Formats: sequence, C-alpha cells, structure tokens
Amino acid sequence: MAFIKILFNAVADPRLFFLLAVAGLALVVWKREHVASNTIGYGGLGILGAFFVFGTFDPYFRLIVTKPDNVPIVGLIFMLVFFVWFSIREGVLNDRRIAAGQGPIEKAEADRVWVWPDLVYTELISLILCSVILIVWSIFLKAPLEQPANPANTPNPSKAPWYFLGLQEMLVYFDPWLAGVVLPSLIIVGLICIPYIDKNPKGNGYYTFTERRAEITIFLFGFAVLWSSLIVLGTFLRGPNWNFFGPFEFWDIHKLAALNNVNLSEYVWVRTLRTGLPSNWFIREIFGIILVLFYILALPVILAKAWFKGYYEKMGGPRYYVGAFLFLMMMALPIKMLARWLFNLKYIVSIGEYFFNI
Amino acid sequence: MAETKTVAPKQSGLERFWNWLTETQAWTSIFRHGRPTTDRNRVLVMLSNVFLHLHPVRIRKSGVKLRYTWCMGGMSFFLFLSLTLTGLLLMFYYRPTLEYAYTDIVGLREHVPLGIMREMHRWGAHAMVITVWLHMFRVFMTGSYKPPREFNWSVGVVMLVLTLLLSFTGYLLPWDQLAIWAITVGSNMARATPFLGHEGPGASLLRLGDVPLIHAQDDARFALLGGTFVGEAALLRFYVLHCVGLPLGIAVLMAVHFWRVRKDGGISGPL
Ligand code: HEM
Repeated sequence: MAFIKILFNAVADPRLFFLLAVAGLALVVWKREHVASNTIGYGGLGILGAFFVFGTFDPYFRLIVTKPDNVPIVGLIFMLVFFVWFSIREGVLNDRRIAAGQGPIEKAEADRVWVWPDLVYTELISLILCSVILIVWSIFLKAPLEQPANPANTPNPSKAPWYFLGLQEMLVYFDPWLAGVVLPSLIIVGLICIPYIDKNPKGNGYYTFTERRAEITIFLFGFAVLWSSLIVLGTFLRGPNWNFFGPFEFWDIHKLAALNNVNLSEYVWVRTLRTGLPSNWFIREIFGIILVLFYILALPVILAKAWFKGYYEKMGGPRYYVGAFLFLMMMALPIKMLARWLFNLKYIVSIGEYFFNI
Repeated sequence: MAETKTVAPKQSGLERFWNWLTETQAWTSIFRHGRPTTDRNRVLVMLSNVFLHLHPVRIRKSGVKLRYTWCMGGMSFFLFLSLTLTGLLLMFYYRPTLEYAYTDIVGLREHVPLGIMREMHRWGAHAMVITVWLHMFRVFMTGSYKPPREFNWSVGVVMLVLTLLLSFTGYLLPWDQLAIWAITVGSNMARATPFLGHEGPGASLLRLGDVPLIHAQDDARFALLGGTFVGEAALLRFYVLHCVGLPLGIAVLMAVHFWRVRKDGGISGPL
C-alpha cells in the first residue's frame, strides 16, 4: 500500500506528470484503432474510478479531493477522459466506414426527422436529468464558505479559481505579463482564428481522425494536455508556496524546494565566456533577444521551407504565418518547461529594468 | 325494426377532461393548433411558439443524436437559464457591501432551512464552465467550425470568455477568504499588462517628461478593481458586472449564436 502511494507521489511530479500526459496523447493518437474499443474506454474509466476510490482511503488525498470547489474538477477529469475517448472512437468508426467506401455515419443519417417529437423530447429529458443531477449535487455538497475576508491574512497557497489554475501554473515558467496577460489573450485570439486558418475542407460535420490528423492532434495537445492537465496539476498537486505535493503527501508549509535557476545571460557571459555580466542590458541580453527574435521571426520562415512546406503551399502565406506564430506561441510553454527541467533555465531574456522577462 | 345505435368508444375521465380542456376558448387562444400528432400540427407547433421557434421544423437525423452533439450546447444554455433564475433569487438576499456581503451569505446558510439556492448557483456555474468547454470540444471534433460556421465559432469563443468572467466575478461575492484571495491572485495579473499595468513591460516608457503616466493608481488593475486592492469598490464593480453587464452581454450573444446555427444551415453534417 505504502509502496503504491510512494509510486504515485513520484509519478505525479510535474515533470513526469506532464511527460506522461504527452505520452498518453501520443499513444491515443497512434494506437487509436485499439483505443477505440469499448474495453479500453470503459476499462480505462474503471481504472481511473478505482484509483479515486483507492485514494479516498488516504487522509491527504481525501482532504484535497473533497474540498467542495475541487469536486467539479474530479468530475471534469472523468468527463474529459470519456469525451476524448468517445470522440476518437467515433472518428475511428467513421474512418473505417470511409475506408470501406460507405461515407461517415452522419451521411447515412442525412434524412430529416420532425423536431417535435424527436428533438424536443431529447431536450426535455436532458433538461430533467441535468436538473436532477444539479439538485442532488446541491443537497449533498454544501457550497464552501471560509472565514470572512481579511486582507491582512494571506492564505498559503493562494489559488485563483480552478479554471484559471492552468494559467497560474504557467507562472512557474513565465512572468505574469506573459502567463497572465499575453498568453491568455493569444489563446482567445488563437481559438477565434482556428476556422480561418484551417483550410482543410474535409471533416466538416462528422467525426473523423485520418482526414484531420494534424488539426486534431494539435487541438488535443492544447486542450487536453496543456490546458486541462495543468489545471489538474495546479488544483490537486500544488500546495503551500506553490510547491509540488504528491496526491498522497501532507501539505507541509515548510517544505523547501531548491531554487537555483539561472538566466541565459549568466550561462553565456559568466559560465561560458568567463567574464562578468555586462552592465548595459542590451549587450547583456543580446543572445536571448536574438534567440527570441529567431524563434518568432525566422523559425516560421525556415519551417515553411522545410518541415511545414506542405502546409505553406496549401495554406498560402498569410494563413501560414498567423498559424505558425500561434503554434509557436503554444509550443513556447512546453519548450520553456523543458528548458527549466533540463538546464534550470530561469529567463531567456531578463530585462528587470523594464519588467521584461521571457 | 331494429334501431342502429352508434356507441361512442368509452372514454376515461381523464380523456374527457383533456378533450374538454383543449377545446375551451382559453386553451385555443394560447395554442392555435391541435396536438402535434399529425405532420401539419408538428409544423404548426414549431412555428407558432416563440420558444420552440428557436428550432427548425425538421432536422437532420444525425443532428438529434446524442452521440453527435452530446447535447452540450443545449445543456450550457439550460444551465445559463437556471443560473439566471437562482441568481435572481440570491439577489433578493445579498447586499454587495463590506458590511453585509459575508453576513448575508452566512444568513442564507444558517437561516434558510433546506436552502440550496446558493449551492445550485455555485455548482451550476462550475458545471456550465465544464459544459461550455466540452461543447467547444465536440464542435471542434466534428469540424463544425468549418465554413459556413466560422463566425459562429468566433461568437462561441467570446461567450466562453464571458462564461469564465461571469464565474470569476461571482467568485468574489461571498467575500470570504477564498473569494478575495482568489480574486487577488487573478487580478494581480493585470498589473503586469504590457504598457497598461504599472509592473508591465513598457509601462515606464509611457511618460510625459518626468511624469510617469502609468502607476498603481491608474493602471489596468486599478480599472478592474476600482482601487489598488480588492476592496469595497472591487466588490461593487464585480457585483454590477456579474449581475447585469456580463449576463446581458452573453444573452445577446446567445441570441446571435442560436440565430446563426439556424442561418448557417442547422446542425452541421457532411455535405
Ligand atoms: C455560452 C455558451 C454556449 C451556448 C449556450 C451554446 C449553445 C449552442 C447550442 C444550443 C448549439 C446547437 C448544437 C449543440 O447543442 O451542439 C450550438 C452550436 C454551436 N456552437 Fe455553441 N454554445 C456556447 C458556446 C460555444 C463555444 C464556446 C463555441 C466554440 C468556440 C461554440 C460554437 C458553436 C458552433 C460552431 C455551433 C454549430 C455546431 C454545429 O452546427 O454542429 N459555442 N451552440
């Protein structure tokens, strides 16, 4: 028992947790033919359920999972796993039909039915179910109410509402101006841009995977791995001082995490060139600035000529560049994460004089 | 000579009552068609009822399948309606001032036997965030944002943001430790807004001679909170946004959203 808990605590470490999430997505996409089976889908949900049941016997696990505001996130985990699996499954089933020349199932269901009764009754039933669930949930789970607001007494940890905890988790890797303002704005802009960037005419109005491999993989990466799994991480595995705590670990306020992160400028000037840091910020940060400009301005051009050549030709210049920019901005987070984990990198560009740290 | 007698089929009391009811002047003034058991009446029921008129009369078979839409959009809408109702009831008892906010919530908890309005409102809000996400996810996975539905996807994204903001502004109102610190953490981000936050990159470049234009008393965070910390002004601001501004905005967008679902050819399907 204790061994299993230690194992889970270790696996939940942000690094492993994130890598496992990525590996999980890769596996689902790669082995989707197998993933589509009911045994895997419902079996997986069952295992997840068993884990939570097992977990609730542990006092620390129970404490964090049954916090009233965290209960919805437990629900979210299950619903997310289910619906990701379900939509992949529907895609695989349709892909098989398409391969057999039958066209997607939605095509076979093109004939019209009466809205009354076919749709209104479905709506009525889901409305009733929804109300019943909501009422039962409200009866059994009291809304939380803590001590009256006290500006002088900061709780530790102080957490944003759960749906923003992915963003709060980003604060580990980026400064507030990026994690809290620029990147969220880019998420919104990026979402709005999706239909205008994606020129693939296939897969409109039915589930499919093979006809939209890249789109679906990228979206799943953003939605399931970056956004959702970081929320789970931020909610359940971050304790006092935003330190990491395993699911079966006591939230010890005095837990110390070694912070020995180093800026890129220091790596270059001090550790490699063996001189001091130049006092002029521009010279000091020149390597980081070049790197960032390369990433934003040059990399899309290079990719257009190499790896993404096909996309460039299909999408045309403007669409390609907007899409590539948004994609690179999304990838900035995992890149920064890796740089932190591998090299203890703090900032690529660090101009504290202007609050400009990347 | 034997007389032929026509015998009416035996009707139960309920049936007779029903037949009588649906022929009264009051009933026929409300519902101008018979029961929707014939094709003609199925058309009329959809066309003559303002609420049902959100729907078309007939719809693709795939579009009514749960496996296709998961009913997530419908559930988001239902949760929004239920939140409006429970929120309205809560407004009768809640005053957004430092003096009363917390105690009014305590009052709801302590003095209302079996009261679950606050719970319904809070859990409904959490649930709506989740259903809206999943709705977006299903729209993506069915490729329903592709032409001609690009614009409706964009409208949806704005509604998603509004949903999160509604949830965020509501989070402050109980005025307990959970509330103000969550909002403090969240709104602290605004002071790092590029150019417009006093700790944001570029803000120090905005100056008139020696006078900085952006400081803690006039930056983006100040605009959000009506002060430099989460205090009474922030409470009032969040209250007004939560109860009036944001719901109005999202309601208008929902009207646009539903209208566009119809105008874009109904629920998507393969061409
Ligand atoms: C406040 C939240 C929202 C409500 C109440 C809502 C409601 C609905 C409803 C009732 C439908 C009909 C089909 C269905 O139920 O799936 C629908 C369709 C649609 N929604 Fe939403 N929606 C919301 C948010 C969003 C978001 C966040 C997006 C995307 C980012 C979105 C994009 C769409 C699109 C493109 C359609 C057409 C889908 C099709 O034809 O298959 N909506 N919405």
